[in-house]
Amino acid sequence: MSANIYITASCIISKNVVYKNAEKVFENQTSAVPDFLSSLYLHFEIKYPKFYKMDNLSKLGWLAAEILLKDNFNADKYKAEAIGVVLANTNSSLDTDIRYYASVKNIASPALFVYTLPNIVIGEICIRHHLKGENAFFICEQFDGEFIEQYVTNLINNNILQACICGWVELLNDQYKTVLFLVEKEALPGSMLFTNENINKTYQLENG
Amino acid sequence: MDNLMLDLKKQIIAQLNLQDIKPEDIADNQPLFVEGLGLDSIDALELIVLLQQSYKIKLSNADDGPKVFRSVKTMAEYITAHRAQNV
Repeated sequence: MSANIYITASCIISKNVVYKNAEKVFENQTSAVPDFLSSLYLHFEIKYPKFYKMDNLSKLGWLAAEILLKDNFNADKYKAEAIGVVLANTNSSLDTDIRYYASVKNIASPALFVYTLPNIVIGEICIRHHLKGENAFFICEQFDGEFIEQYVTNLINNNILQACICGWVELLNDQYKTVLFLVEKEALPGSMLFTNENINKTYQLENG
Repeated sequence: MDNLMLDLKKQIIAQLNLQDIKPEDIADNQPLFVEGLGLDSIDALELIVLLQQSYKIKLSNADDGPKVFRSVKTMAEYITAHRAQNV
């Protein structure tokens, strides 16, 4: 029988509002997406010069991971190889692909080109937090909590991972939503079981 | 030369999205890579694009890259020399 697995933290960024563990921690309704992401970066007083070089999808996922792991994650509990990242979205890196395509008409931008894959988001998160575990980025027609639950549970139950950052990082033009979960074997105060029901409940949180 | 170096600093900041850095933070002789501004290999490619876009200069020999892009001053010297050749 498999041991229980827990959601020990969650982070939602959607409609210019940020939630950490279901509590609103930041809101800025006045900004366009790039300005909103910069305001979020400045609000949390993060110092990471490479942030400004990322595309919007990577900024979104990277910021969500930053807030997710802030304060309550002790990475020292795990080997770097035991912490993985599993993400999904619908539109892949299309937001940047379109910008890159436009730049090709003049001189193609190498800095833009490197972001024309969605798994670069994972790379940025892994570089920041020194994570070396299994990772994957899936393209789905819509948010699929059951798939995320099954895939990550399999990785943890087979001892491929001990902890995993997983969830949804979607951005295209001015539409975006990210919902990230930190999943571990040991529960913390306030943890929820890592089930499809709890994943979907968290995903729907910002809808009230 | 001083004006060219100031322009280059502004262009490098804009092209490489170095939003935490101001032109006055970059010394003329400061190394651009590794221990200096900390630029990486993708930034090097962007600097090549910058030379092409803004100064119509193509780096003819890739081996010259480390020498040309060592600092803002070496970039300015390279641009000045190639502008003179193109006249």
